[in-house]
Amino acid sequence: MTETGIPERDEMEAALTGHGADYVEVRFDDTSTNRIVYRGRELEEIGRTRSFGGNTRALVKGGWGFVSFNEPSELRKRVEEAVTAARHVGRETSALAEVEPVVDSVNLSLKKDPRTVPLSIKKDMLDGYNEAMLAVDGVTSTNIVYADGHKRVVFASSEGSFIEQERIDVVSRLAATARKNGDMQQSSMSLGALNDFSYIDTLGETAQHIGERAVELLSAPYVKAGTYPVVLDPILAGVFCHEAFGHLSESDFVYENDRMKEIMVLGRQFGQPHLNIVDGAAVPDLRGSFKYDDEGVPARKTDLIRDGILVGRLHSRETAGKMGEQLSGNARALDYRFPPIVRMTNTYIEPGDMTFEDVIADIDEGVYARNWFGGTTSMEMFTFSAGEAYMIRNGKVAELLRPVKLTGNLFTTLMNIDALGNDMDFNQGGGCGKAGQMPLPVSNGSPHIRILDCVVGER
Amino acid sequence: MTDLEPILAAAHRLGAQQAEVFAVETEETPVRFEANRLKEINARQTSGVALRVIVDGRIGFASSTKPGDVAELVTAAIETAPFGPEAHLDFPKDGQAPAVDVFDAAVESLPVDDMVHAGQSLIDAVRREEPELLCDAYVRRGSSTVTIANSNGGNFNYRATGYSAWVHGTLIRGTDMLFVGDGDASCRPVLDFEGVEKSVISQLENSRRTAEVHTSEMPVIFTPNGVASALIGPLTMAFSGRLVHQAQSPLVGCLGKGMYDLRFSLVDDATLSYRPGARPFDDEGVASRRVPLIEKGTVRSFLYDLQTAGLAKSESTGSAERSLAAQPSISTSCLIIDEGETSFEEMVRNIKTGLVVEELMGAGQGNVIGGDFSGNVLLGYKIEDGEITGRVKDTMVAGNVHEALKRIATIGSETRWVGGSMRTPALAFEALTVSAK
Repeated sequence: MTETGIPERDEMEAALTGHGADYVEVRFDDTSTNRIVYRGRELEEIGRTRSFGGNTRALVKGGWGFVSFNEPSELRKRVEEAVTAARHVGRETSALAEVEPVVDSVNLSLKKDPRTVPLSIKKDMLDGYNEAMLAVDGVTSTNIVYADGHKRVVFASSEGSFIEQERIDVVSRLAATARKNGDMQQSSMSLGALNDFSYIDTLGETAQHIGERAVELLSAPYVKAGTYPVVLDPILAGVFCHEAFGHLSESDFVYENDRMKEIMVLGRQFGQPHLNIVDGAAVPDLRGSFKYDDEGVPARKTDLIRDGILVGRLHSRETAGKMGEQLSGNARALDYRFPPIVRMTNTYIEPGDMTFEDVIADIDEGVYARNWFGGTTSMEMFTFSAGEAYMIRNGKVAELLRPVKLTGNLFTTLMNIDALGNDMDFNQGGGCGKAGQMPLPVSNGSPHIRILDCVVGER
Repeated sequence: MTDLEPILAAAHRLGAQQAEVFAVETEETPVRFEANRLKEINARQTSGVALRVIVDGRIGFASSTKPGDVAELVTAAIETAPFGPEAHLDFPKDGQAPAVDVFDAAVESLPVDDMVHAGQSLIDAVRREEPELLCDAYVRRGSSTVTIANSNGGNFNYRATGYSAWVHGTLIRGTDMLFVGDGDASCRPVLDFEGVEKSVISQLENSRRTAEVHTSEMPVIFTPNGVASALIGPLTMAFSGRLVHQAQSPLVGCLGKGMYDLRFSLVDDATLSYRPGARPFDDEGVASRRVPLIEKGTVRSFLYDLQTAGLAKSESTGSAERSLAAQPSISTSCLIIDEGETSFEEMVRNIKTGLVVEELMGAGQGNVIGGDFSGNVLLGYKIEDGEITGRVKDTMVAGNVHEALKRIATIGSETRWVGGSMRTPALAFEALTVSAK
């Protein structure tokens, strides 16, 4: 055993051999997180947590067994348990896409390391942002959640891969609540970065803006529910791209479903010829970036939609193997308690060539929606909610609205994107949830986009 | 089981005036089905400890799932304390907890083959109604041991078991996707499979055709599943003593006031034997109790953990819940909404043009803290002239739960346990905003 408690390479390799399974792997992770929470003037919580554990996964005749644990000893016995479970399930043929075994150790490429910043300094900074929100006249309460987590993952497979990877996620959410005559409004912002603390240094103006916005919302009207042309800022458009299309490109929704295969057939037109959507952990320095996924497959960049046409999708080794398609490096697990499943990484719409002024110029009555509260999808239909919204009148951004929720349908809404801005930004403050694994670090990005005929809900 | 005394002793040595250790061990066996057949058998073991210390009146916190990590755990908790919040609590001494049975040894000895059989039967039953349905399902058995020890002599321990099953079906025709599903959970190895099957089959029957709605205000019925997916989150959030204390709840100053329809009552009850969410005491060792939140429309109580109760000069309602990742927070346990007098058929029959909501997608986003709910109707039906005429799509429903519950049109006479820990009837409202193409 190493000093960290994660077994040595030879111990893992010894545990993996000679089970007569089609495939076996073990994975350990060790994460240390510092977390600070404020609610109103009171600091609510400060603490340090450590999440340590391992798992093993076995494949026999197409059936999977998975065993997770905190106690790292008796690794071989755990592997045997997983193989026995897999044998119980397997009735078919295993199909894993081939991958070249990799031995690699990926060290942190740090910008500013949060571990070198003393807790007292972090607290002073957050105190300042909390005060900046509370100082705004009309703000009655606030909520700040800050966390930095250092994670080390070690992966070994029966095919000879042995990969060590490290990362640090720095996430924060600032929210202000304003209240008047029983009416309450909240404004918030979620931010994040990979391997870099430095953005936390400069949130003073952001905090003040969040406070002011919460107060302004109290006197803002609700949108009149209905169908509008809608313009999304890059942050909300990124969330839209993730919910409206990204999840459907995850092949585990497709590979066992013949009807879904017909719908998601490569070559099908999903958008106008100007629409290009990409996913890739190989795009560097974003929350969804890594060098190898949790099956040891090297990260890459995958074109999902090119010139409006579906050209690719996201795969695990099993979905790629069963569909006979190329690996994409998208099998990810939240932590040791879960097996890897097909997930997005950094998903974005590529920019076009219109200025923002041109994007809104032709709209007589529409909605300009910015920033995000959240989003969710059922594949065909999806919703996403804006943190702030304005009416667009006669080609100009007009009055502030209360937050709106937008809904769409995959088969019409992507086709209705009729304008792409020439700008680009990434939303790094989100975490994606799927099959109980949440929040998985991802990013999503986009230019400003315009969608014709989008259903807008009242609140 | 982890011996907690050495951790308390080490915390004391390093200067903690009070200390509390929370330890949890769980074992879970989920069996997962994909595309109508068995796909994966899992076995998950988790164990870990969380330590809270009070040093010079401030709370420090650390947790770890690494076995034997005592020295580091204690050091981390002590180190964070100087920056931590002021303590407004004393850890409880041993007290009298009610007898709440949440453990059944039969769950632990349930053979995996029985679980596989149960899952396959559930899938087969709903596919008899619709052979083209492609089903995912899971059946899960689990057990957990919770131990809490504190420096005031408090020592609390209980075991719980859980058994649950869910089935989700997808039906795709052209580019139209229909999602149906239901499930049940209990602390015993007995589930209402028949109820789950009936629910999914009725979802399929109501969705045979599609129907169009247009943007307007209209009557909306939330089925028990609909109440759980759309209304309960924003409603119960307002009863968090923490949010009330911080003036972030719209119910500030409303204790004892009639805020809702006179027929509406809501109870949070952690003392119901064999209900998931029930427990003899909460995650700080405070005895469980039945807490009426709303009685005949009047706000009766908010929910508190120890620290919030201290801040708000109130007392803990035994509502502390925690994972290892964070300090305790306030949570509901088992929720019960009183039934009304109108059968579901009658509720539908009384409506000329309206909507039935079975599941609202994205309802947890937006100004939830203010009570707003809004979302896309993932599963819901149109009512025309007192009859369900088909499934609606690309439709949103929005409202404010505190406003809507002031004037309920009708309350269903049948209640149903949703997800094992919430019992509710259907609720119908006169007019909510519905938007569609």
